[in-house]
Amino acid sequence: MTIRCVYIPADAAALSVGAGDVARAVEAEVAAGRADVSIVRTGSRGLFWLEPLLEIETPEGRLGFGPVTAEDVTGILAAGADHPLCVGLVEEIPWLKSQQRVTFARCGVIDPLSLSDYEAHGGLKGLRRALDMAPDDIVAAVTASGLRGRGGAGFPTGIKWRTVAGATADRKYVVCNADEGDSGTFADRMLMEGDPFLLIEGMVIAGLAVGATKGFVYVRSEYPHAFRKLRKAIGIAQAAGMLGRNILGSGRRFDLEARLGAGAYICGEETSLLESLEGKRGQVRPKPPLPALHGLFGRPTVVNNVLSLAAVPTILAEGAEYYRDLGVGRSRGTMPIQLAGNVRRGGLIERAFGLTLREIVEDYGGGTRTGRPVRAVQVGGPLGAYWPTSLFDTPFDYEAFASRGGMIGHGGVVVFDDSVDLLRQARFAFAFCAFESCGKCTPCRIGSTRGVETMDRIARGDRVADNLALVRDLCEVLRDGSLCALGGLTHVPVLSALDHFPEDFDRQPAVAAE
Amino acid sequence: MSELDAAEVREIAEALRSLDGALLPILHAINDRFGYVDEAAVPIIADVLNLSRAEVHGVLTFYHDFRREPAKRHIVRLCRAEACQSLGADRLAEELDAALGTGTDATVETVYCLGNCALSPAALVDGKLYGRVTTDSVLALVRR
Repeated sequence: MTIRCVYIPADAAALSVGAGDVARAVEAEVAAGRADVSIVRTGSRGLFWLEPLLEIETPEGRLGFGPVTAEDVTGILAAGADHPLCVGLVEEIPWLKSQQRVTFARCGVIDPLSLSDYEAHGGLKGLRRALDMAPDDIVAAVTASGLRGRGGAGFPTGIKWRTVAGATADRKYVVCNADEGDSGTFADRMLMEGDPFLLIEGMVIAGLAVGATKGFVYVRSEYPHAFRKLRKAIGIAQAAGMLGRNILGSGRRFDLEARLGAGAYICGEETSLLESLEGKRGQVRPKPPLPALHGLFGRPTVVNNVLSLAAVPTILAEGAEYYRDLGVGRSRGTMPIQLAGNVRRGGLIERAFGLTLREIVEDYGGGTRTGRPVRAVQVGGPLGAYWPTSLFDTPFDYEAFASRGGMIGHGGVVVFDDSVDLLRQARFAFAFCAFESCGKCTPCRIGSTRGVETMDRIARGDRVADNLALVRDLCEVLRDGSLCALGGLTHVPVLSALDHFPEDFDRQPAVAAE
Repeated sequence: MSELDAAEVREIAEALRSLDGALLPILHAINDRFGYVDEAAVPIIADVLNLSRAEVHGVLTFYHDFRREPAKRHIVRLCRAEACQSLGADRLAEELDAALGTGTDATVETVYCLGNCALSPAALVDGKLYGRVTTDSVLALVRR
C-alpha cells in the first residue's frame, strides 16, 4: 500500500481522548525512518465514539482506524487495512454515509487553517457570487432558502437581514453568537475548529448583504481551543485579502474581530451578548427595540449564531432552491444534530429536517453507553423538554417539536438511562436558572431560587401535592414574566419532567429521625 | 498589589483601551497575567477607561471567569451540565471534593458545558480538555 498522507484531528474533543499522543506517535515513526508519510491535522468528523480517528490516504479513499491510542500507531502503519482497529473507508461508515453533510461537509476532511485547501473543497464560491450580486438579491436568496436561526428561536434569517439592510445608520455590525452554551451541543465548537473559514465567509456575506463593515465573533470562554483556532483563521483571512479593506479585490470592506466571553450562559442571549461586547455586565435588554435596528453600540446589527451564518455560503454557492429542497414543512435545509450524554455512539449528525428522534437515539446512538434501557432524552439544551421513549416517533422539525411541548433549540440531544431521577433534573433546571440568571428581572432571579426550594420540599415528601401546584404556578410566572428565554423557558424542562415522569415526584414523607 | 504590578496593570489597560468595549478584554488580560484581578486593579482600569469604579466592579463580579483572589496551582473545571450528569458527573464531583479537600493545591470548580458532550464526563484541567474522565484520571492529572 502506498501511504501518502495521514489525517489526525486536532479538534478539542479528539484531543481530549488522546489525539495529540497519536499524532506524536506518527511523528516519531517518521523521525525514526519507519514510515514515509505527511501528517495533516484536521477538525473532527464528529464520530466521537471512534475518536481518536486516524485516517490513511489510499487510492480508494481514506481508510479509518479508531479509537486509536499511541501504542497502536506502529501496528497500523505496518498492517494497514489488516489492522483490527480498521473501520474501513471512512466515507462508507453507515453512520457517516447516511448523513447529508452540507455545513459540515469539510469538517474533519481538510486542514482547517489552509485557505487553499478550503477553496479546493468549494470554499469562497458563495462569497465570490455574493460580490457580484446586489445586497437586496443576497437577502432575497437567504429568504428564499427558508433558513431559520439555528440558535433556538428559529426566526427567519432573511427577515432579520432585511430589517438591518433597510435601516439607515453611520455604521452597522454583524455579530456572531458563538456563546451558545447549551449542554449537549458542540456543533459551534466543531465548526470553529474544523472549518473556521466557512464561518468567516458567512459573516462577510452577511456584511455585504446588510451594508455592515465590521463584525465580531463572541466566543464562549469554555472553548479556548476554538477561540485560538478562529483567531488564527481570521489572521490568515486578513493576510489573504478575504477580510479587510479590499475583499478578494472587489474594493469592498469587512473587518472581523474575535472576542472571548467570560463564563456567563446568559451571554448566549443576543441582547446580553451585545451588552457584554460593549464591555458591560451581560444583562438582558428589553425588546423592542430590536437589535436589528438598535444593536451593538446602538447601531443596526445582525446577530446570528454560528450554524446560521455557516449555512449562508452554501445557499449563495448552490442556490436557495438547493437548500430549501432539503427538509420538511417550514423547517428547511439541514440541521446539525448533536447526540450526546449516555449514548453508545455519540457525535454530530447533519441531516435534512424530518428524521425521527428514534432514528437519532436508536439507529445512530445505538442505545446507552451504560447498556441500560433509555428512559429519557432532553432535546434543545437546559431549557429543552425531557421526553420519554413514547415520544420517540416525533420528527425532528421546529413545529413537530413545539406541538408536543418541546423545542429543538440548538439541536442537542442528551440521552439518559433508567437510573435518571427526573425530580433531580427538574430541580437542576431551576438551579441552573438561578445560577445563570443575569438578575435583571424578578421572576427569573427570585423565582428560580424559590423553585429549587420547592423541589427540595417535594423531594422530602413535604406536602407533595401542594408544592407541585406551587411549582406549576411558579413556572407560569417565570414563563409570562421573564424578560428573556432563560427565565421564560425554564418551565419546559420542569413541567415536561413532571408531566411525563410523574412517578419520580411522588415522594413519601421521610420518617422523623427522632 | 505592588507598585510594579500597578504599573503593569496600567500598561495592559492602556494597550487595550482603544478596542471597542475594551473592559472585558482588559479584565481577561489581567486575569491571564496575574491569575486573578486584584481589587487594587479596579481604580486603575476605571481611570484608564474613564469609567466609575462601580462600573468596573460590577463587570468584574458579574462574570464567572474572573478570579478575585489568586488561584491554586491546579484548577479542575468539571462540567456538571446535563450530558455529563447523565454519566455520573455529580458523583464524580463529590468524590473529587472529598479527595481534594482542604490542604491540597488543587481546586475543583463547576462549569456548565465544555462542548465535549459526546465524550462525557468532561473536565478542563489546567486549561486542557479531557473526555470520559474518572475520579482516578483527574486525580492523576493534578498529582503528577
